[in-house]
Amino acid sequence: MTDQNLKRSNNLIASNVTQARKLTAEEISEIEHEKTLYPDNRAVGLEALKIVQKLQGWVSDESLLAIASYLDLSASELEGVATFFNLIYRKQVGKNVMLFCDSVSCWIMGCDDIKQHISEALEIDYGETSKDGDFTLLPVPCLGDCDRAPVMMVGPDLHRNLTPEKINEIILEYRNK
Amino acid sequence: MVNNPLTKNIDMSRPPFDIAAYEAAEGYQSIRKIAGTLSADDVLQQVKDSGLKGRGGAGFPTGLKWSFVPSGDNTPAQKYLVVNADEMEPGTFKDRLLMEGDPHLLIEGMFIAAYTIQASKAYIFLRGEYTKSELILKKAIGEAYDKGYLGKNILNSGFDLDIILHTSAGRYICGEETALLNALEGKRATPRAKPPFPQVSGLWGKPTIVNNVETICNLPGIISYGNEWYHGLTKGDDHGTKLCGVSGKVKNPGCWELPMGTPIRDLLEGFAGGMQEGSELRGFLPGGGSTDFLLPEHLDLPLDYGAIGKAGSRLGTGTMIILDDKTCPVGMVGNLMKFFAQESCGFCTPCRDGLPWVDAIFKDFEAGRGTEKDLAILHDHVDYLGPGRTFCALAPGATAPLGSGLKHFKEDFEQHIKEKRCPYRA
Repeated sequence: MTDQNLKRSNNLIASNVTQARKLTAEEISEIEHEKTLYPDNRAVGLEALKIVQKLQGWVSDESLLAIASYLDLSASELEGVATFFNLIYRKQVGKNVMLFCDSVSCWIMGCDDIKQHISEALEIDYGETSKDGDFTLLPVPCLGDCDRAPVMMVGPDLHRNLTPEKINEIILEYRNK
Repeated sequence: MVNNPLTKNIDMSRPPFDIAAYEAAEGYQSIRKIAGTLSADDVLQQVKDSGLKGRGGAGFPTGLKWSFVPSGDNTPAQKYLVVNADEMEPGTFKDRLLMEGDPHLLIEGMFIAAYTIQASKAYIFLRGEYTKSELILKKAIGEAYDKGYLGKNILNSGFDLDIILHTSAGRYICGEETALLNALEGKRATPRAKPPFPQVSGLWGKPTIVNNVETICNLPGIISYGNEWYHGLTKGDDHGTKLCGVSGKVKNPGCWELPMGTPIRDLLEGFAGGMQEGSELRGFLPGGGSTDFLLPEHLDLPLDYGAIGKAGSRLGTGTMIILDDKTCPVGMVGNLMKFFAQESCGFCTPCRDGLPWVDAIFKDFEAGRGTEKDLAILHDHVDYLGPGRTFCALAPGATAPLGSGLKHFKEDFEQHIKEKRCPYRA
């Protein structure tokens, strides 16, 4: 491969350890704490993905390479793990992630209509982020609050007995946060 | 004596008991009892005699499961207890209640389980979305360390126990115990081959017990109050109490602790208040999305593993999902098939390829494109994805509502084909 081609392909996907960014002091200190709880680095790898996501909002290629390099793990194996788990975001997400339950009890209680209302209000479908960058909408398996269906999470908060009116209030509330 | 040992301290209108309030309500007595007088074998025998069966869904006898862990001098120094708090079965909302309502009960139960198999390290595998449970458990674990119920040489028993709270990053398959162990080890959560069973070679190759939250929460009562009391709780063949829930179009959906063997009718018509005005009961999944449909004629069955098994379904997680007469049964099964197709880990072929095929056919039915040939293909998949055909229990679980749905709601499938649309839609 010519130098120019190599450069181009490297620009497309960060896959080379030299493209790793530097982990922050805060990230390193949290990762070091996890090392005391698990007997090997492989287990710490998944924890590190969660730590980086908590602090950066998502896991970029550069972050993933940084973790792999810091913990001496195979970057491809770590990528295999990162893409397996639905709560690890390998694409940039909005300020607030909506985890919308579309499992059976919520479906019986009319979650399809609620989802349509969200989609229309924010002009997004599953996997998309609103234009203002405030919300990303994702489906999630049963949230375990079925007696108050339909339910969804926004960030760490659970919202129950959803109605279109409640959705409007929730959108306003998080926009103004 | 209490008759609701799992929920006696729970009142969701206030924060859960802190450690002082929990102790004042006879909490942590079992640890004092064990630390003074009981050997690991004594506790194992008592749990075996209690007849406790796993509350995660499979109903396997807990004492028997524990007895497969190697004990004695020539066994690995490190053993593990893992609590399966990855509640994700569709329609199941019981472990959340226990963790957010009375976290110290879980910690006390974990001591008993860990002591019995002599595991000095325990992980709580908590689903990542349970953010409130995480905060509550973290606080409770801290309090238990401060009071000496966790840490080194607990109450001078010579036994050490550390509890580590692990929050998961998603995926239903993590509820399968060997997939859960892989996730804890930081790997893709695909199930492992059995044997070797986790009791012999589990987490990082060490002897490991994986128990559901509700199972663990049964233990403090068994040790503190004894088996005579425990055996007096039931109304049926199985022992103890069970958290039972109802969701769907009933007047008062919720979750209650009931004696084993309580008739389903009492749960549905009593506690859940019966069907909403204008809705009639068509059928129900007795214990989560992986159980077979039962019908109104089954309402007088007791909530027991055996009785519900004989009727062709499973008690499962004990949380019922109600199908009413205004809800399309084809749509309901289709929703479950979409769930199982999405949550297949992709490791074994019948599940990875079969479930999306089934899901696609249900989407065709929804769009009015379903045919008799499609119906035959769905029937075939009940067999292709059934027990023994796949690597783990995920796909066989999916065939439970699929097979029973095809059988009990045949006319609805036929109507979709004939009318080329969903007849439940306006």
